[in-house]
Amino acid sequence: MMDWTAVILSLKLALATQLVLLPPAIFCARWLALTTFRGKAWIEGVLALPLVLPPTVIGYYLLVAMGGNSPLGRWFEALSGQTLAFSFTGLVVASALINIPFAVQPAQRAFEAISLEIHESAKCCGLTFWQTFRRIELPLAWPGILSAAVMTFAHTLGEFGVVLMVGGNIPGETQTVAISIYDRVQSFDFSTAGAMSLLLLGISLVTIAISYGMADRLMRRRRL
Amino acid sequence: MSLRLELQHNGPLLDFTAEIPAGQISALVGPSGSGKTSILRAIAGLLRLRRARISLADERWDDEGLHRPTRERSIGMVPQHHGLFPHLSVLGNVEAALTHLPAPSRRQRAMECVRLAHVSGMEDRLPSELSGGQRQRTAMARAIARAPKLLLLDEPFSAIDRSTRKHLYLELRRLHQQLGNTVLLVTHDLDEAAQLATHLLLLDQGRLLQAGATTEVLTRPRSVQAAQLLDIPNIFTGMLETSRSGRALLRWGPHSLRVAAGANASEGRIKFAVLPQNLLLVKTDRPWGSHLENPLPTVVRDMVTLGGEVLLWLQLQEVPEAQLQMRLPERAVRRYPVVPGSEVTVCIRAGDIVLLEH
Repeated sequence: MMDWTAVILSLKLALATQLVLLPPAIFCARWLALTTFRGKAWIEGVLALPLVLPPTVIGYYLLVAMGGNSPLGRWFEALSGQTLAFSFTGLVVASALINIPFAVQPAQRAFEAISLEIHESAKCCGLTFWQTFRRIELPLAWPGILSAAVMTFAHTLGEFGVVLMVGGNIPGETQTVAISIYDRVQSFDFSTAGAMSLLLLGISLVTIAISYGMADRLMRRRRL
Repeated sequence: MSLRLELQHNGPLLDFTAEIPAGQISALVGPSGSGKTSILRAIAGLLRLRRARISLADERWDDEGLHRPTRERSIGMVPQHHGLFPHLSVLGNVEAALTHLPAPSRRQRAMECVRLAHVSGMEDRLPSELSGGQRQRTAMARAIARAPKLLLLDEPFSAIDRSTRKHLYLELRRLHQQLGNTVLLVTHDLDEAAQLATHLLLLDQGRLLQAGATTEVLTRPRSVQAAQLLDIPNIFTGMLETSRSGRALLRWGPHSLRVAAGANASEGRIKFAVLPQNLLLVKTDRPWGSHLENPLPTVVRDMVTLGGEVLLWLQLQEVPEAQLQMRLPERAVRRYPVVPGSEVTVCIRAGDIVLLEH
C-alpha cells in the first residue's frame, strides 16, 4: 500500500525548501553574475561543494551543527523547545543547504547572459535598482530561475543520504518517500516500493519536462 | 546648453578636453580603440574615470567629489546593438523609459515617440520580430522618450544595411530638426559623420586631434595625424620660404608652389597635404596660361575606375618619392583621355595646399 504520508511529507519538504532557498539564491546568483572580486572563485567553490561531497559527509557535518551540543542546536532548542536535528525544520534547513548549487548555478548563468548593454540601457531609461530588477533582470533571468526551482524541487524529492543522517526515519516527521522506499525494500515489500518509485519518477519527469518546455518557448520568442 | 568635457583616465587611456555645441549634431570620429565609446559612457555616467569634469550648460554631472547617477542626467542613448529589452514589445521598451509618468500619460507619450521614430504599427512586436532598421528606430523612440537635452548615439547605424542606413540618416536629421536637442554621434565612418554632423571631433588614442565645423575639419586637417585619420593620401614634405616679394613659397624638389600660409606657419621643413579632389587636370589643348596656379608636370602611373570616379596615381617629375593621388569624374577622363604612361600637368590652388603642424 502506498505510503501517502511520506509522499505528502516529501512534497511539503520540496516546497518549503524552494520557499526558503530561492529568494536568497536569486540575489546571490545576481551578485555573483554581475560582480568580479578577488576570492569569488572560493565563494563559488564553497557553494558548489554539495555537488561533490558524499551526502553522508554533508549529513554528518549538518548533524553535528544541529545537535544539542552545538550553539545552533542549543539556540533552536531554547527557542522552540525541540531539537533541530531529527525534526522537519532541521530537514528543511539541511535540504536548503544541500540544494544551494542547484538553485544558484542556473540562476547565475541566466543573470550572466544579460548583456552589459541591457543593464546600461536600463540605467539610461532612468530605472532605479529595484525597477531594473523587477522589470528587466527578473523576467530575463526567468528561464534560469524556473530551472533552479525545478532542480531544487526534484532534487529534494530524491535526496536520501542527508535526509537520513539529519532527520532519521520518523514517520510523519522526517520519513520522506526516498526513505520510505528504502524501508519497504528492507522489509521485502517490493510492490509498494515499486509503486512509490514509479510515482517519484513520474513527478520528476513531468516537472522537468514542463519547465524545459516553458523555458524553451520563452527563449525562442526573445531570440534576437 | 553646450556640453563641456574634461576627461582623464588610464585604462582606456583618455586625455580629452572638448566643448560640444548646443543644439547641433556633433560627430566623434576616430579609429577602433580610440576611446570614443568610453567617452560616451562617461558622459552617460556609466563609466567612472580617474578624473572627469562634465557639465551640460550650468548643470554639473561630474566634478571633484561629484558623480551624478545616470538617471539624474538628461540623456537618451542608442547603443551600438540598440540594447532593446528582448522580453518587452516596442511599446513596452519605450514605456520602460517613462516610469516617472503616471500610467495613462505614459502610454500617450510612448505612442507619440513611436510615431516620431517611424515605428507606428509595430507597437506590439517583440524586438526579435523586427528588422535591423526597425530595431534602431525603436531604440531611438526609447532614447527620445524622456525628452533628453542630450542624445548619445554609439555607432547606431553600424549593424544596418546600406539602403536602410540612408533612410535612417534622413530620419535622424528630420527628428533633430523637430526636437532641436544636442546630439553626440560616435562613428568610425567619415562619410556618415560628413552627412549627419555639423560639428566634428577627431579622436585618436584618447586625445582630441581637431574639432570644428565638419567641412572645415574634413578639408583642412591641422596635423599629419589628423590628415592620416581623414584618409588623405597626399601628404608630402617641402620647405616653406618667404619670397622677396613677401609671399609664402613652398619648395618641393625643383618645384615652387605658392601657398596661403597662416601667421603661425614657420619657415623650414614642413609637411603639407592636398586632397585628391583638389588636384586639377590641365586640359591638353590649353596647356599653359596665366590662369594656372602651381602647375606640376607628372606622369600617370596607374588608374582605377571606382563607382563613377577615376582614381589616378601620378608620379611628380623630378621628385621620385612624390606620388600623388587624384580623383576625376569618369566623364572628364572620357573627354580628355589619359592612359598609364601619359604625361599630364596638374595644378593646385594655393588655398588648397594645407600646411600641417608637426
